[in-house]
Amino acid sequence: MKGSLIILSFFATGLLLGLFRWIPSSWSSADVSFYVLCALMFSVGFSIGHQPDTIKQFRRIHSRVLFLPLTTIVGTFVGVLVVSTFFKHSVAELLAVGSGFGYYSLSGILITQYKGAELGTIALLANIMREVLTLLFAPLMVRWFGKLSPIAAGGATTMDTTFPIIVRTSGKEFSIISIYSGFLMDFSVPFLVTLFCSL
Amino acid sequence: MFIVLAFMFVGIVAGYLFRSRKIRFQNGLILTLIWVLLFLLGLEVGMNDNVVRKFASLGLEAAVIAVAATLGSVVAAKLLWGSIKNHEK
Repeated sequence: MKGSLIILSFFATGLLLGLFRWIPSSWSSADVSFYVLCALMFSVGFSIGHQPDTIKQFRRIHSRVLFLPLTTIVGTFVGVLVVSTFFKHSVAELLAVGSGFGYYSLSGILITQYKGAELGTIALLANIMREVLTLLFAPLMVRWFGKLSPIAAGGATTMDTTFPIIVRTSGKEFSIISIYSGFLMDFSVPFLVTLFCSL
Repeated sequence: MFIVLAFMFVGIVAGYLFRSRKIRFQNGLILTLIWVLLFLLGLEVGMNDNVVRKFASLGLEAAVIAVAATLGSVVAAKLLWGSIKNHEK
């Protein structure tokens, strides 16, 4: 939990700095983020490669784990259906938002295209929040819902942004599952978002 | 996306090549880089006027959907994990 609070404080500090423009206006964080992410992935790769046992551990993992992406999709839809009665948007529209699986840039853009800026912004915010929730609560998820749960929560982000926290909390032996799941979820986003927006 | 993955694979190869040496800095480095990325994500959201302006009105709906979607997926993952554990016994 202490780790999550530290992470949250870094996010909050950035949010405030951005909000009040306490940084040079010419600053663009997108490029810097990309370089930091590359450095991070290199470090994560290094720690995986540094322990050859990691690859051996994957062989011990059950073949049912291959169903994790499907499990994530079904679980997400059930969750969204449960709360769908509270909102004026149709069930299909809400499922389209849920089908971002944390991939906020793509789902936000697609849904803005198909359904307008309002639902697009909801998709952007909801999927940013999903990513942040995964980053913040991954340690608690592992304790309460098992070692696959941060990978399910991370959805389409588990091969990049949430990958490092998953490796830290679930363990290095889950790194291959995390990439496998993130890869399939990534591909499912444009298809499912388009499907639900056309209903 | 593929460039990012390429960095990881280069890292894996580098880590494998240095596997006989004791190197301990990477865990601290990973955590520090995660902090930097979260800070940058906050910065990006804070600087996006469109998102900030609509945050109050749309934020609640987005938050409920985000929590429901995340909770649904982790409960489903728990069921899958449970079925795997049972099968192993």
